[in-house]
Amino acid sequence: MNAAAAPSPDPVALDAHLVVETGDFSLDLELGCAVGVTALLGPNGSGKTTALTALAGLRRPRAGHVRVADAPEPEWLDLDRGVDLPADRRSVGLVLAEPLLFPHLDLVENVAFGPRSRGMPRRAARARASLELERVGLGDLARRRPGGLSSGQAQRAALARALATDPALLLLDEPLSALDPQTRSATRADLARRLREFAGVTLLVTHDPVDALTMADRLVFLDGGRVTQDGTPADVVAHPRTAYAAQVVGLNLLAGTVRSGPPVVVAVDGAGAGAEVVTAEEPGGLADGSRALATVDPAAVSVHRERPAGSPRNVWPVVVTEVTMAGQRARVGLDGPVPLVAEITAGAVAELGVVAGTRLWASVKATEVRVQPG
Amino acid sequence: MSTRVRGGRLPLLAPAGLALTLVALPMLALLLRVEWAELPTHLSRPVVGQSLRLSAVTTSATMVVVWLLGTPLAWVLARADHRLTTWVRALVTVPLVLPPVVGGVALLMTYGRRGVVGGWLEQVTGLTVPFTTVAVVLAEIFVALPFYVITVEGAMRGLDRRYDQLAATLGAGPLRTFTRVALPMVLPGVAAGSALAWARALGEFGATITFAGSFPGRTQTAPLGVYAALEQDPQAAIALSLVMLLVAVVVLGALRSRWLP
Amino acid sequence: MSRLPALLLSSTVGLSVAVGLSACGLPSGGTSGDTSGTGTPASDGLTVLAAASLTDVLEEVADLVRAEHPDLQVDLAFAASSTVVQQVDQGAPADVVVLAGPEPLAMVDPDLVRGDPVVVATNTLVLTVPAGPDDPGTGPVTAVEDLARDGIRLVVCRPEAPCGRAAETLLADLGVAPRIASYEPDARATLTKVELGEADAGLVWRTDVLAADGRVREVPLPEGAEVTNDYPLAVVSVDPAAAWFVEAITSEDGRRLLADAGFGLP
Repeated sequence: MNAAAAPSPDPVALDAHLVVETGDFSLDLELGCAVGVTALLGPNGSGKTTALTALAGLRRPRAGHVRVADAPEPEWLDLDRGVDLPADRRSVGLVLAEPLLFPHLDLVENVAFGPRSRGMPRRAARARASLELERVGLGDLARRRPGGLSSGQAQRAALARALATDPALLLLDEPLSALDPQTRSATRADLARRLREFAGVTLLVTHDPVDALTMADRLVFLDGGRVTQDGTPADVVAHPRTAYAAQVVGLNLLAGTVRSGPPVVVAVDGAGAGAEVVTAEEPGGLADGSRALATVDPAAVSVHRERPAGSPRNVWPVVVTEVTMAGQRARVGLDGPVPLVAEITAGAVAELGVVAGTRLWASVKATEVRVQPG
Repeated sequence: MSTRVRGGRLPLLAPAGLALTLVALPMLALLLRVEWAELPTHLSRPVVGQSLRLSAVTTSATMVVVWLLGTPLAWVLARADHRLTTWVRALVTVPLVLPPVVGGVALLMTYGRRGVVGGWLEQVTGLTVPFTTVAVVLAEIFVALPFYVITVEGAMRGLDRRYDQLAATLGAGPLRTFTRVALPMVLPGVAAGSALAWARALGEFGATITFAGSFPGRTQTAPLGVYAALEQDPQAAIALSLVMLLVAVVVLGALRSRWLP
Repeated sequence: MSRLPALLLSSTVGLSVAVGLSACGLPSGGTSGDTSGTGTPASDGLTVLAAASLTDVLEEVADLVRAEHPDLQVDLAFAASSTVVQQVDQGAPADVVVLAGPEPLAMVDPDLVRGDPVVVATNTLVLTVPAGPDDPGTGPVTAVEDLARDGIRLVVCRPEAPCGRAAETLLADLGVAPRIASYEPDARATLTKVELGEADAGLVWRTDVLAADGRVREVPLPEGAEVTNDYPLAVVSVDPAAAWFVEAITSEDGRRLLADAGFGLP
């Protein structure tokens, strides 16, 4: 783990060390997480899902330990001392890519299954289940069987089911990956809202940079069963340490409020006048005054010596804060009304004489700005 | 175009039709030989009612045991990863291919007076198994249980393991996962397995006559009744066969519309 | 569509080839018949269907026939007498039938029977109990009176079988009404239950007791209580081999074989 890049001052709520060996793959993961959302990212086969199943108690590691401070039984695993709680005694909630609701039970029964299994009386369990369903906006579908639900509704019900037991550790394994794009952004907003209310540790396995950047307080990158980077989203966007991290999360993320539309304009938080981003996207689902997240690929940020004339709608004066070379490309940190990272060619760096302190103009085409509800 | 298709099918239709005939003709022949006017008289022969009643009682008892013991066995086999599992599964299937008479001999060697269990049982309790209704049930369980276990295990193995895992993370122990998640989700498989097992138990002959003998009202089930009546009272045998055929058709028909593919 | 006639044609050709082959085979069969020097008409083999209780002894009688006619194909098949009758009536290719009792013989289609049936042997129903090398037979049944005791398990043949009818007659003659544990399909199945010790006693044919080789013991019946069964033989084909078989079974050697197996002689 990169101690310098782990700035969390919060007490460690999850302390885990997992050593798993299967065939030619080995995972050796040390993880210390505070209350909040930690995203686990990495290419296929990097060990993310293996780590989750080991934490849940569904797979026995070769060595290691798992301690979860807020769980009724905090010692989940300590193989040196022969401790290995079965999954049903760990205080864990699990949501997978597919909802996997129990098809023979209606939604209340599905969500009440966990509390009932943990000994809650029937009436109380059903009340709790109804409450959880309402929290994810499914209160009026309580008596439906899963067969009749849309994919987004089913996934929200799966989340309600996982949270109904008040788990100390919530494990989300690519929870939005099986949804179609429109459903995905709506469900992402619901998920993010519900996670903010959740008082435990959340581990979110994902491929999607938007998931990671919108929901996680911290990003942990895995590759080949080892941690390659660990830090806040801002850290990682500024200093991706691997090509994978740069490619996946090296996005400019701008949170703000929708001001008008069309065209949709997002006023970026904590910035002065002129700190707004114009996007060419349709305003669907983005009401005036609602929260929104704009993302900009660094490669879509152009830099110029003079204020560019012509089409770009988003133009800001900026100052170079740092330049990081990565092969033939360079990532350039820019300070201005809107903080940005630009990715330009090594040739452009030389041609423009880009060094820290250089004053430049940055521009982004409206068509390069993605906006989702935040 | 359609003529070509039809012509191409003929080489398949001919053997298919022949196969159908091989199965359907004997049943039709049975119907043709029934003396319908005399049927009520034949059905009122003691052998008919007595053996049908015994078959109903013994197959019901068999199914209760098959459900209570076979379902957990199917689940254990479906979820076990042990290298011996394959062997246990093979062992369970053996009675499917074993000639029933051999099964009857094996049962005698087990529960008979000089059998592995039977000798001890007689010493301790004074009870003996052969020639009793219990023996009939044991014989039916021996031949029917494998049908049930194999069918239900297949359905259970097809059940996504992630359901078990999710149930575990929700706090359900193995027993609760089995009763509340796995079992309800494989009910069609349970129904299909039950139908097969029940039909096998109902038709059981060889193991029963070898192990339990044949005595009216005690061990003479419907198939044994048919066999006993065949020479002296063929029409009673035909009437009894007709009832069994009817019961089989009704049960399979009911299951098919509801559960079977 | 054009394939089916071709298929039929090829199978027809196949059949005619097979017929041709067997036709070619006939003269050589005739030649071998000639070499036996008997001058009798050619036989196309001997098939005997018989009651199951005759299984062992008829194999030996068949050897007598084979000794006389070395090239003769001899086939024996055994089943319950009632089954034998059904087989013959349904057209099974038989030359001789030997049945356990006059009742099954009465059910044979009279048109099939050539000449008068002859009784070739008799059998006697006996009371038998389990025994063994290390078990002298001190079971619960040592006399007929024991049969009526509580908890005694007696097995008999089902009433439809000859041994079952004989058992009913014998029990009536003896004046005992024991509890029957099971009506077994035939005498051999009845004997098996006694051999295995599952039954305390059984009523079977004396020949079966001899065949059981010491695993069962005969319990003497009171004087005069004897139920016997006749074994009639009927010729049901015109093949000369049928007469050869009758000759063998009624010969001195044949009668000795039957007596050794425990049969009575008429």
